[in-house]
Amino acid sequence: MKTDYVIQAENLTKLFGDFAAVNRISFHVKAGEIFGFLGANGAGKTTAMKMLIGISTPSSGRATVAGFDVYKETEAIKKNIGYMSQKFALYDDLTVKENISFYGGIYGLSKKAVKEKSHKLIEELNLQAVSNSLVGGLPLGWKQKLAFSVALLHDPKIVFLDEPTGGVDPITRRQFWEMIYKAAHKGTTIFVTTHYMDEAEYCDRVSIMVNGKIEALDTPKRLKAHYKTDTMNEVFLKLARG
Amino acid sequence: MTIIKHIIKKEFKQIFRNKGMLPIIFILPILQLVILSNAATYDIQNITFGYVDANNTSTSRGLIEKFEASNYFNVAHRFASENEASNAMQKGLVDVYLTLPTRFEQDLQKHQQAQLGVFIDAIDGAAAGVINVYVSQIIQQYNKHITPQLSQPRDALEKIHRIESIPLFWYNETLNYKTFMVPGILVLLVTMITLFLSGMNIVREKEIGTLEQINVTPIRKSHFIIGKLFPFWVLGMGLLTIGIVLAKVIFNVPMLGNLGLLYAYTAIYVLLILGIGLFISNFTETQQQAMFIAWFFMVIFILMSGLFTPIESMPKWAQTLTAFNPIKYYVEIIRMVMLKGSGFTDVLPQALKTLAYAIIMNGLAVWSYKKTT
Amino acid sequence: MKKFIGFVKKEFFHIYRDKRSLFILFGMPIAQILLFGFAITNEINHVDIAILDQSNDVTTKEIINNIAASKHFNIVDVLQDETAIETVFKKGKIKAVLQFENMFAKNITKEAQANVQILTDATDPNMANTISNYITSILKKQQQDINNGAFTPYQIIPQSRMVYNAELKSVYMFVPGVMTVILMLVSAMMTSISITREKEQGTMEILLVSPLKPYQVIAGKVFPYIFLSVINAMAIVLLSIFVFKVPVNGSLFFLALESVLFIITSLVLGILISTIAATQQTAMMISLMGLMLPTILLSGFIFPISSMPLPLQAISNIIPAKWFIVIVKGIMLKGIGLGFLLKETLILLAMTLIYLGISVKKYKIRLE
Repeated sequence: MKTDYVIQAENLTKLFGDFAAVNRISFHVKAGEIFGFLGANGAGKTTAMKMLIGISTPSSGRATVAGFDVYKETEAIKKNIGYMSQKFALYDDLTVKENISFYGGIYGLSKKAVKEKSHKLIEELNLQAVSNSLVGGLPLGWKQKLAFSVALLHDPKIVFLDEPTGGVDPITRRQFWEMIYKAAHKGTTIFVTTHYMDEAEYCDRVSIMVNGKIEALDTPKRLKAHYKTDTMNEVFLKLARG
Repeated sequence: MTIIKHIIKKEFKQIFRNKGMLPIIFILPILQLVILSNAATYDIQNITFGYVDANNTSTSRGLIEKFEASNYFNVAHRFASENEASNAMQKGLVDVYLTLPTRFEQDLQKHQQAQLGVFIDAIDGAAAGVINVYVSQIIQQYNKHITPQLSQPRDALEKIHRIESIPLFWYNETLNYKTFMVPGILVLLVTMITLFLSGMNIVREKEIGTLEQINVTPIRKSHFIIGKLFPFWVLGMGLLTIGIVLAKVIFNVPMLGNLGLLYAYTAIYVLLILGIGLFISNFTETQQQAMFIAWFFMVIFILMSGLFTPIESMPKWAQTLTAFNPIKYYVEIIRMVMLKGSGFTDVLPQALKTLAYAIIMNGLAVWSYKKTT
Repeated sequence: MKKFIGFVKKEFFHIYRDKRSLFILFGMPIAQILLFGFAITNEINHVDIAILDQSNDVTTKEIINNIAASKHFNIVDVLQDETAIETVFKKGKIKAVLQFENMFAKNITKEAQANVQILTDATDPNMANTISNYITSILKKQQQDINNGAFTPYQIIPQSRMVYNAELKSVYMFVPGVMTVILMLVSAMMTSISITREKEQGTMEILLVSPLKPYQVIAGKVFPYIFLSVINAMAIVLLSIFVFKVPVNGSLFFLALESVLFIITSLVLGILISTIAATQQTAMMISLMGLMLPTILLSGFIFPISSMPLPLQAISNIIPAKWFIVIVKGIMLKGIGLGFLLKETLILLAMTLIYLGISVKKYKIRLE
């Protein structure tokens, strides 16, 4: 396998009993890329992602993330990635600052580094006024932006986002994608799942999963050309209907 | 080490911010100690007492007076017939009644012996046993009182050889039941809170989704568990302190042994309970399930701990099973240290078993906590 | 009606699919009744005691033999001097030491009196008292033998009769209590949690906008638990009759009727809790702390109410379990009927109606 790919998967499979939630998927993600991982609900996106981030052991197949094996080197993978789950995963009963310093702390950042970073982060997100309020009281959009920033706190090589914009308004979604671009610009690889097809347009390359399999993988432009449509939405509908 | 510190800090903040939980942690134990110590008593008092006196002589009345004078028995009901008395017992109006036969005094004078019927409501077997003891004690005292009165000069010729038994009650001369119960209830207090809180802890993070976030960080399993355990361990030790102070101030329970020894043992014990709690937490999906399972084991552990009923009276197989009951060890040790002043070597066997148990349970907790599924 | 049956079916599926809770529902009663029946007793048997015999003569040997023959005691140690007493007590295994004075046999014949000290570890006062009494009665018998049957003159001899429970079996006491606690647990706690779960998940609103009437919704939720409670009650009664030989002296039918009444009281309590609590967790806490603990502690289940301080005795009157326990004991052990239990039955009935009234009122307020 070549090393300029930060994620490589070969025939990666996850079985639950007889049911193949993820069925022999293969793909590569290049460093610095925004990689869109599309699919309908239940297509197997989250399951596939969980194998890559080291919290679910694959049933068969091979994969490496940041050069580390997903079977044996999960802890090394975890040092190099950031993750933001579908469920909002900051502590509601801690303040903004406390959440930042907690996650910074368990990634082993020094006290000084945590302080600097949290200062910068709060400024960037314009959260000065609420930095000492409990996170539980913030609007969902703010929470999600905060969660994304926290996932980037330890400067991971790759950041995995599982439907990061679920349930937020279009303006916040827009701002969120600006943040994603900014991070990608700095060289962070972005692996993002979504079922908003308009968001797919923002990605460098997208894969589309249907029933546990990757049915298509290319740049949005070439996919649209190949399926002879104007929008990713129609590409998706064509694939999903088979 | 610094990573553990971060988790500890976070847990403490969460404990003290949970406004619903704080009263449960700090007020409940106090209530528990005060109410339980007063409610959980086999100290039999206020026995309602009745009698059927078919004799009605100074001797029979003298006996009844003795009962009326006793602290254990409540004012007597006098029944006209045995039938009436038995009905009253069916209704639950009397716990015990005496029947004094028609020829009570005459028998005593003539045959030097008189029979007396004692009927005790024995549904609560333990209480009935105690009531029987009290009744016999009063009758014996009365016997001592009447024997010289009724004695005739000719009786003195026949000398009785007597074995005089002198009961001595060590460590609790006044047979105060609270002295016995309060240390045991202290055990409940420390155990219940730490078990329930630790049992619900990890599963709570599972439910709200933050556990997954933790699992994708490079944190080591043992660090995470230690960080989670420590705050509850401190809480357990704090509860012990509150409990000991209350026991002394409210109930005046003695503390004969070494306080340091008690703390040292509790330190190991709380660790064990937390290990069990986290183990439960790892195997459940919702806080509700965790509560049920913790409650289920709690009930069995409490009932078989010797807290309310002596372990010695259990059948052999049940006694063997109690070897796996952590509460049993703590109940034994806290009573030994507080009430008898037992020392290090006395509690060593139980302490070593607890330590081994704690190591196993915490090992299992770390092992069963899986970052990867 | 058809809709209603469909709804009840759904409730059964919910319960049946939650295997862990089902295990608790049926495992708990059986485990508890078995524990209480077999393992938990107040009877004092095979207590470890030690002997300190400073005399070591024929009489003391005879006494020791008699004590060893008793099922109450195991002689596990022979001490050499008094300092050893404290050591064995501190270790905790030995509960009593019997100390014979010097020249015991000689004292009996020459002085007509010899002394034995019964030293007990009185950290458990009742146990110490009972041990002391058992040993004293063994000594009394010995004294009679020594005197060849001659007795102290002018004595009143009590003839004790243990009414309703001649063998003083603990299980007689525990069966009514366990039954009460289990019925309370299943009926009140489970219903309150299951109704608040629907509230928490938002499915309650959907049910309330459905053509089902609100009372039907509640009745449908409650019905499966009546069924489960009845099964539990039957299991407990059967176990106690056939495994523990507890008699049912009164009418089984009457017992069943009273049980159904108590189940309904508990269910109504469960509904009441669910109108107050917003989350499952709150419902659980209220059920545990507000219902289970008082039911276990203040109902006369384990601890006699008459020995409690007056404020606690007063509180015990508002606990339904107290009255139900009196009823169960009355029917099973005393064999009495409604005539004797009218007051208790009416109290339970009144409680049920009052709780029902409050819940209906609360429920209406919520809907408005």
